[in-house]
Amino acid sequence: MDVSANQPNDLTAPAASAGLTRDDLVGLYRVMALGRALDERMWILNRSGRVAFVISGQGHEGAQAGITWALRPGEDWLAPYYRSITAVLRMGMTPREILLGSYARADDPSSGGRQMPNHYGHIGRKILSVSSPVASQVLHAVGIALAAKLRGTGEVVVTSTGEGSSNQGDVHEALNFAAIHHLPFIYVVENNGYAISVPSARELPVDDVASRAVAYGIPGVIVRGTDVLGCYIAAKEAVRRARAGEGPTLIEAKVERLTAHSSDDQQTRYRSEEEIAAHRALDPLPAFRGQLRAAGVLTDAAEAAMTAEIAAEVEDATRFAEAAADPVVEDVARWVFAEDWPGERPPAWGFGTGRD
Amino acid sequence: MAVRTFIEAIRETLAQEMRRDASIILLGEDVGLKGGVFLATDGLQIEFGEERVIDTPLTESMIVGVSIGAAVNGLRPVAEIQFADFIFPAFNQIQSQAARMRYRTNNALGLPMTIRAPYGGGVHGALYHSQSVEAFFTHIPGIKVVVPSTPLDARGLLRSAIRDPDPVLFLEHKKLYRSVRGEVPDTDYVTPLGSAAITRAGTQVTVIAYGLMAHHALEAAARVDEEGISVEVIDLRTLRPLDTETVLNSVRKTGKCLIVHEDNRFGGYGAEIAALVAEEAFDYLDAPVTRIAGPDVPGVPYNHVLEDWFMVNPDKITSGIRRLAAY
Ligand SMILES: Cc1ncc(C[n+]2csc(CCOP(=O)(O)OP(=O)(O)O)c2C)c(N)n1
Ligand SMILES: [Mg+2]
Repeated sequence: MDVSANQPNDLTAPAASAGLTRDDLVGLYRVMALGRALDERMWILNRSGRVAFVISGQGHEGAQAGITWALRPGEDWLAPYYRSITAVLRMGMTPREILLGSYARADDPSSGGRQMPNHYGHIGRKILSVSSPVASQVLHAVGIALAAKLRGTGEVVVTSTGEGSSNQGDVHEALNFAAIHHLPFIYVVENNGYAISVPSARELPVDDVASRAVAYGIPGVIVRGTDVLGCYIAAKEAVRRARAGEGPTLIEAKVERLTAHSSDDQQTRYRSEEEIAAHRALDPLPAFRGQLRAAGVLTDAAEAAMTAEIAAEVEDATRFAEAAADPVVEDVARWVFAEDWPGERPPAWGFGTGRD
Repeated sequence: MAVRTFIEAIRETLAQEMRRDASIILLGEDVGLKGGVFLATDGLQIEFGEERVIDTPLTESMIVGVSIGAAVNGLRPVAEIQFADFIFPAFNQIQSQAARMRYRTNNALGLPMTIRAPYGGGVHGALYHSQSVEAFFTHIPGIKVVVPSTPLDARGLLRSAIRDPDPVLFLEHKKLYRSVRGEVPDTDYVTPLGSAAITRAGTQVTVIAYGLMAHHALEAAARVDEEGISVEVIDLRTLRPLDTETVLNSVRKTGKCLIVHEDNRFGGYGAEIAALVAEEAFDYLDAPVTRIAGPDVPGVPYNHVLEDWFMVNPDKITSGIRRLAAY
């Protein structure tokens, strides 16, 4: 079911009937714009040699903002992936915290500088730590949902992956189990048409990952990433189902990857300039901005103020992370376990253990 | 003789083997148009077509499992795992299936297949783009494990791996891809599996290494040579089957043995060498068998301070040699 097929020209009335206020709409746009601005800053920092790696969320902001707007930050869970910058901002991570990760500083809340940039995590905000092996978090998210159900916490768990990653066996195992037990679980596929260089026709034999939902007896909803309101409405219904004990939902958001796969990728090797330019036209930011301006929700003055605020926030985060301290070698061997294991120290004549 | 980088030697060898043998196919993530994330298969899809160079879905268990089936039915697959860190979704297929097929069919069925996987740290890859995975696989009877360190050996060993009648895991240290070049003859030579190379002759200490560490060991040996310590360096090249004679002959001569690997220490590959030396060269030893290895933390951390701490380097090896020589 493609719920974005008929997008309204004026979104004021449908937004209101979905329960969104004008503040919600501005908030949605703000988190998207912040996600974009911070992401662009990460590329600048990468190109100027300040941070060694970036993997981007550009093009995915509308889907991430719309879907996570249906969650309660700090109360519901998010198991993100490496493109989830806008989603983690919405769930409460700050630009400072995100750039601490890009710089791999000691105070990086995701990993203390141990993981690559954009491997988001913040347990205090119920954001699970990203791990590079794709789709490995989907089963964890289902386990979190199982615990939520058994413990009666009322939490909803959202996880997301790309469409390429949706083919991992783990995803089948996760959806199967979640559907059997009617878990409060939402699986979001951010389908940008590519897994690095491999186009989706080579990744899966059907057009829509959502069509697989039928095999688990759960709803499979398709939304477009430019249709932020549609993304919200789909997620709101999925959250309602989850809280009502009706079980999981698969939401497939059709998005565009507006950058190379990562700072290590040269996408012109497999994507034509024309195609890259055409995809720029599917940027969710100008699309949503146009809708908000047409509806009179975003005025010139409000937009100018927001842009200045975001620029200041990104600048502040950059300075803060740039000045922050690196982790120290004294701590690097800690936290393999809750306690060190004295019996396992290397022999006195052992070398190169890192401890001598 | 042509000079090639490590990765050029691999790419050319894949092309040459595919021209020679039409049953060879390549499969893996991004190996087609993109030519692999490290460009090890650059241009091969253009030359050999989409049927023989297959961009797979992002599913490693499928890559190895389908390779097994293709090998059963007359093909000679060369699978690429994009990073060795991502081989684990395929572990079940490698360890429970590929490694056991010949044994469990009482030799009715062998699997001529190769799995290439870039491994190793020092590349700012953090926990999941840096790992050394050899110890998991050298533990398994039924799979050969190869780790070349030079373009010359990369070519000769890759030929042997592809032509071998059994599954071979071919580990390529990412740091060598573009940093190491060397002469590679134009002939159809092969480097046999299971043969180590003495890359430097010496008398006082034997240093045993492989992959990137084989280079670091040579550098350390050259440094201590100026101090009058004579080091023999062995590049194992194949971890399984192991060339036990080359190891034992050297240690019986020098009486001192230092094993170097980047993988973490506990239960690492070096433990097997240490046990071999203790069991079969005990009477010749003048010092404890020692290891220099990566620290026992679960992965190479990202921040450069932490990564430097993790990585085994020529300095650490040099101090290990000095301590052993002085023992
Ligand atoms: C298990 C595993 N195999 C391979 C990789 C390398 N890799 C990282 S991202 C990626 C492509 C992911 O594509 P998709 O799921 O469509 O997500 P997108 O990046 O397009 O958002 C690959 C192959 C990995 N991280 N994990
Ligand atoms: Mg994708």
